[in-house]
Amino acid sequence: MTPLLEVTGLEVVYRGRPPVRAVDGIDLTVGAGEVLGLVGESGCGKSTVARAVCGLVPPAAGTVTFEGSPVAPLGLRRRPVELTRIQMVFQDPYGSLHPRRPVGAQIADGGRTAVRRGAEASEPGWWLERVGLDRGAARRYPHEFSGGKRQRIAIARALAARPDLLIGDEPISALDASTQAIVAALMRDLAVESGAGLLFISHDLTVVRLIADRLAVMYRGRIVESGPADTIWEDPQHPYTRALLAAVPLPDGSGTMPEPPVDGVEFPLEAVLR
Amino acid sequence: MTALRISGLRLRIGEAEILRGVDLDLEAGRIQGLAGESGSGKTMTGLAVMGLLPTRARVGGTITFGDRDLLALTPRQRNDLRGTDIAMVFQDPSTSLHPMLSVGAQLTDHLRHHLRLDKASARARAVELLERVRIPDPAGALRRFPHQFSGGQRQRVAIAIALACSPSVLIADEPTTALDVTVQAGVLHLLRDLAREMGLAVLLVTHDLGVMSAVADQVAVMRDGEVVENGERHQVFTAPAHPYTASLLASLPGAAGGVRTLDDVRALEES
Amino acid sequence: MSAIEAPLRARFRRRIPQAWRTPLGITGAAVALVWILIAVLGPALWPFDPLAQDSPRLEAPSAAHWFGTDELGRDVFTRVLAGAQVTMPLALLLVGLSVVIGGVLGLAAGFFGRWVDETVMRLTDLVMAFPTVILAMVVAAALGASLFNAVLAALVVSWPAYARVTRGLVVGIRQADYVLADRLLGFSPLRSLGTDIVPMVTGPVLILASLDIGTATLLLSGLSFLGLGAKPPTAEWGSMVATAIQNFDSWWLGVFPGLAILTVVMAFNFLGDALRDALDPRTAGVLGKAETR
Repeated sequence: MTPLLEVTGLEVVYRGRPPVRAVDGIDLTVGAGEVLGLVGESGCGKSTVARAVCGLVPPAAGTVTFEGSPVAPLGLRRRPVELTRIQMVFQDPYGSLHPRRPVGAQIADGGRTAVRRGAEASEPGWWLERVGLDRGAARRYPHEFSGGKRQRIAIARALAARPDLLIGDEPISALDASTQAIVAALMRDLAVESGAGLLFISHDLTVVRLIADRLAVMYRGRIVESGPADTIWEDPQHPYTRALLAAVPLPDGSGTMPEPPVDGVEFPLEAVLR
Repeated sequence: MTALRISGLRLRIGEAEILRGVDLDLEAGRIQGLAGESGSGKTMTGLAVMGLLPTRARVGGTITFGDRDLLALTPRQRNDLRGTDIAMVFQDPSTSLHPMLSVGAQLTDHLRHHLRLDKASARARAVELLERVRIPDPAGALRRFPHQFSGGQRQRVAIAIALACSPSVLIADEPTTALDVTVQAGVLHLLRDLAREMGLAVLLVTHDLGVMSAVADQVAVMRDGEVVENGERHQVFTAPAHPYTASLLASLPGAAGGVRTLDDVRALEES
Repeated sequence: MSAIEAPLRARFRRRIPQAWRTPLGITGAAVALVWILIAVLGPALWPFDPLAQDSPRLEAPSAAHWFGTDELGRDVFTRVLAGAQVTMPLALLLVGLSVVIGGVLGLAAGFFGRWVDETVMRLTDLVMAFPTVILAMVVAAALGASLFNAVLAALVVSWPAYARVTRGLVVGIRQADYVLADRLLGFSPLRSLGTDIVPMVTGPVLILASLDIGTATLLLSGLSFLGLGAKPPTAEWGSMVATAIQNFDSWWLGVFPGLAILTVVMAFNFLGDALRDALDPRTAGVLGKAETR
């Protein structure tokens, strides 16, 4: 069975002096109903991967294939309706919703997108309930909601378009810690329920491993380790993955200091794929 | 020894009551954590100690430092203390350092103004400080500009500037939040080591309970402008007295009693 | 009026009253209102006919003629009031047209980019390379002296600033996540422009325009002063000041029209400042978030 999303040998280079090789040859797949967590620190290229998958950034090399066809870059023309099966939830809950339109109207846009593809019509209120908000929220404006609630609205809008592939580009990073796990779980459950695949990008392994089926760890534009989420969490093999895990301070009250990687160390780029 | 005592701190900005009576003690050589979510008032507490509140702010209560109430001092007296006896490190190193001055200038200006050192001594002390915060090639670093350093190194420089005049109190407002986790680990070690070496009384303000757990000796939890719990770190994390603290911990993977599986998270959402 | 505009205007209404509570804002508003009333009420307020040359010439201000009479025996007070009917509508027209032309070009440049952007920006560079007033003079002279041509000449030098500002705003807003999200939902470029971009651009541009009304007034009066705008016997402040120079002893000929220009310009400047101070932090907040991408 063809996976929903297939990325092969993807390279993305940003122009400049010197040009920046943000993504240096990665392969990944996401199947229907599956959650792939893509983790890494800043500058590793994970956000660039999200944009390349959506067609927001052109690949310098390699292919991005969605449901068997290559993903066309998003230019000035209208997005072809088939590609609206790919939707994204962005990092900043304060920038991803139109500040001057009521929330319901924005979710309704998502619903209309799905209808254009032949799906059933839906009501914004219904989607708001599915993300745990009140139907009445539809009449209100984004600035009336907290960050966590805005993110739920953004999720509702994305899901209203009935995507086959949902991409979360650091969707929980800007939220209060107490809501991060909850919103991540919400995204997983709603995506999987509707049969969509979820590509969840984050720098926070501790939350991602709870909701992901598989994990891929990125470092300097490459995937250095990938495999089942539990396996990687319990038994990381690549030195970078180990360093990443060792550096996370756990809120267990023990006063254990996190371990910094050795000064100036450069981790090997060879991948451990399981 | 109590270096700084905050008693009944109240803060009102316009119509909003930001702080509703905060009590906190900072002890020399110990790190007092101040945790809370956005809007809890933790950052404002730190700013109140430094005297960096917006002009429309109306403050009540006392902040006792030595034998004086900081809130009763004139702006000029406050200014004399700022940077010398009480220092602060901010969250974002890319905006807390002047982008157009060399690191050396930012360090020595500070030193020469407050400690009245001559150029050469200031320079020597600056190199010493950069060594202390573990910046490689400290002498060369003096000539470089902030954008030429990584985020973690910039934060170390900010710490060096803060500690230049050997303050007794350090307010660290989300000092590692903007850093990658691997970089954060190094900076946390630095903060803790320096605090111990210099006998600093540190107020560590952060929403990250993992950081709090690693570094703080004492942890206070704020909600809606009040301190709802304040106790010894291990106690607060393993046997929180206040239900709010318990609920915060329950939603964190990795906390004692925190979520461990997806089902745990789902159970949280229902409640 | 779509659903987008309604909340936008509601917000304007809510915010404006507070802004004008500053002393300067209130003064500006009051003076501007007075001049607008003078322009609107027109002949109803004129004690004399602005063109009638019946009265004794060059009489100093008196009870009969509050601002005195000019070299052709016309009442200066009436002519100053009548001047409002000439200058103010034209200043507003000038600003309006500049906003529309500059705004549309800037929108296109920012949104479509590439050669559209290059063309429009090089055009603005070309115009802005010349000193404003000099270029306006040259164009007005080339077209022939008349009020209509003066407006045209002023338009030529005024649109580039709006094009530049609009383009800058659009380039910033285009990167905003919500704009991208809507593109992913299949918004057409036109819908993207109309729903996502234009509403966020109008605020700052309108503020700029309000600040510009003063400049427009000065430019038009200036061109008339130089003989490139209003033709006699039209009562226009700039040309009145010009004739006053030839009758220097009769100070009332120049001072009152000059004061009229001064008060109008300052009133709109204060108004624009107050508006910007009130709306700017908010619009900066909204735009600022979009621009961090």
